[in-house]
Amino acid sequence: MLSRTAENLYWLARYVERAEYLARTIDATLRVTALPAAYIGKTNEWDSALLTAGVAASFYQTHEEANEHNVVDYLSFSADNPSSIRNCIEAARLNSRSVRTALTSEMWDTINSAWIELQAVWSRGTSTREDLAKFLRFVQETSLRFDGSAYRTMLRNDAYWFSRMGVHLERADNTARILDVKYHVLLPEEEHVGGPLDFYQWSSILRSVSALTAYHWVYRETLKPWLIADLLILNDTLPRSLASCYGNLVRNLDQIGVAYGRQGPAQRHARGIRNRLEHSNMNDIFQHGVHEFIQEFITDNSRLGEIITKQYLI
Amino acid sequence: MAVAFDEMNIPGGDLRPAYQELARWLKETPPEALEYRRQEAELLFRRIGITFAVYGEAESTERLIPFDVIPRIMSGKEWALLEKGLKQRVRALNMFLRDIYHGRDILRAEIVPDDLIFQNPVFRPEMNGQQVPHDVYVHIAGIDIVRVDAENFIVLEDNARTPSGVSYMLENREIMMRLFPDLFARHRVAPVERYPDELLSALRSVAPQSASGEPTVALLTPGVHNSAYYEHSFLADKLGIELVEGRDLIVKNNEVFMRTTEGLKRVDVIYRRVDDDFLDPLTFRPDSVLGVPGLMSAYAAGNITLANAVGTGIADDKAIYSYMPDIVKFYLGEEPILKNVQTWRCREPKDLAYVLDNLGDLVVKEVHGSGGYGMLIGPAATKATIEAFREKLKREPEGFIAQPTLALSTCPTCTASGLAPRHVDLRPFVLTGSKRTTIVPGGLTRVALKEGSLVVNSSQGGGTKDTWILDE
Repeated sequence: MLSRTAENLYWLARYVERAEYLARTIDATLRVTALPAAYIGKTNEWDSALLTAGVAASFYQTHEEANEHNVVDYLSFSADNPSSIRNCIEAARLNSRSVRTALTSEMWDTINSAWIELQAVWSRGTSTREDLAKFLRFVQETSLRFDGSAYRTMLRNDAYWFSRMGVHLERADNTARILDVKYHVLLPEEEHVGGPLDFYQWSSILRSVSALTAYHWVYRETLKPWLIADLLILNDTLPRSLASCYGNLVRNLDQIGVAYGRQGPAQRHARGIRNRLEHSNMNDIFQHGVHEFIQEFITDNSRLGEIITKQYLI
Repeated sequence: MAVAFDEMNIPGGDLRPAYQELARWLKETPPEALEYRRQEAELLFRRIGITFAVYGEAESTERLIPFDVIPRIMSGKEWALLEKGLKQRVRALNMFLRDIYHGRDILRAEIVPDDLIFQNPVFRPEMNGQQVPHDVYVHIAGIDIVRVDAENFIVLEDNARTPSGVSYMLENREIMMRLFPDLFARHRVAPVERYPDELLSALRSVAPQSASGEPTVALLTPGVHNSAYYEHSFLADKLGIELVEGRDLIVKNNEVFMRTTEGLKRVDVIYRRVDDDFLDPLTFRPDSVLGVPGLMSAYAAGNITLANAVGTGIADDKAIYSYMPDIVKFYLGEEPILKNVQTWRCREPKDLAYVLDNLGDLVVKEVHGSGGYGMLIGPAATKATIEAFREKLKREPEGFIAQPTLALSTCPTCTASGLAPRHVDLRPFVLTGSKRTTIVPGGLTRVALKEGSLVVNSSQGGGTKDTWILDE
């Protein structure tokens, strides 16, 4: 496959995944801010939305303070924010056009139709909460359709594996970021669950990675920071956990390695990260410091991105 | 101007035989149903992304070419004649190109004047004496044909560089089959789906000798911003070959490679949709970022086949066009089956004088123009436009040719006020490989959507129709 094609597929998948994640983040934030102040305290959830999206610095270059209106706009529609939902969809469509030959018609149709639909939203804007909710749902559904059509229609060859790698690498990054931003509320095991404040903070974390129900299925307990961290970092039955993303990344890289008849630094690096996740437990992670652990993970993860690029994409 | 020949209706009320079934069907089908299908077709085109870009507009403008749901129908007998004429013409085009870049017998015989070749900016001296595999220069030709009456098809233009539009021929058929299965059931329409297979085998057949085993074919596109990008990706997809941009290719030791996830892979045949000027910055325009540095050296070394060959523009130049009947006779010793439009060469003083005297009745075209830009349609032009053109003509007569305004045939077409006749042309696609020349039965019918308009180019608001050749 052309290196440029692989690169486009990989980034296309990342953009779609990122758009979905942003939509979830906004959605979860809206839920928390809709609660009475007594439940959520004085924290500015919009600030934390900016932080988890990794765009706080660029936001404050042009804005005085973060509120619902300007953060939603910045994350969703801003043409100036390179990773706004709008720019993610635009980039995904441009990438799709340049690799149409590598996409199935269902995948192209999903992206192109979404793009056409969203053109109207960009020009109209979302004036009401209902409009916004509809838009966020549409973005999430687009991602689901895109993922689903890839899963159901693509040949299981390098094109598929490169695009899956994009999904898992981006997903791991998103999960790690949201954990990192909230790390200060993740308390040691012995600490008692606080008041409603903590509860809504944690449920918003779970909601933004679509894992609230999964949590209850796995632990059959009330929300506990310790267990939430365990679920999102180590539980490889949860598709958005770091462990699960790395299980998939290693598998995809191995499939490519077998198809091409050789392995390289990308395979080695991914296996290293997966092994570390496999051999960790929450006790060690808390001892080491959740923030430090996650920071290292984010660095390692983006390093894998660089290695994959060097090995295959240029 | 004479009344145009209508392909469906004979004046007086009778139908031409090929259209009888369609007419019956139209009678049974309420206009709302047609309008509904038309909208459905438009939605399909937009969703599939069958668009083209219009130069000079913002890069994000992707336009749909309007699609008319009423097919244009031709009988098998009419097609057989056309097919024969097209093959003859393309054979002559290839022999002409081979001759121009080698022995130049035709110049010595003084059939075509020297200066039309050597002073022509599309002539490529780099191709002098260059061997091209199997002597095929024009692998893909798009010949623009108009019909003027029941018997006569006339060639309006030979497109021998990078003719486009074949994706519309194929997609129009797909969409028609999806929307009007009942109409197909009532006709025997010759299929066009074979085109990608024919194209791939033609391209493979002209691989250079140094190609190993199964030759690797790639399609070279200028990229997503090119007006025909949709077609490039469509064809690469249907052919199952890589769609490459200049930056995906690299020349090493006079061989061409593409950068893949598994390292460099040799390419043997490039179906290029990039113009000569931009192919290789080391040989042509140094500022081109679309091409591949060193491509021409690999070409000269015989390690890559370019389709179409470099320098084919000299055969589809409008100044050369007027010599085509003589070119056919010279190389094949046959009478041309397809006629030319009568053409006045403004470079010749006698012709220029005639043209200047009759500007109001003529179509005047730039010799090197394309896409319907920069032409004068005398009968439709204002006095001021005609006078401005007169000055241009006097300043640079060699830049223009003139032709009579033809009464292009019309076909029934959906308009705001119901079915009405609109002018059409036809671009069939002729493929030439090492052993044979093939044409799938059909082509791209372009239709002028404005009443009375003769301009069918998509860049000027023309539309397209599916073209049916009945299998009898």
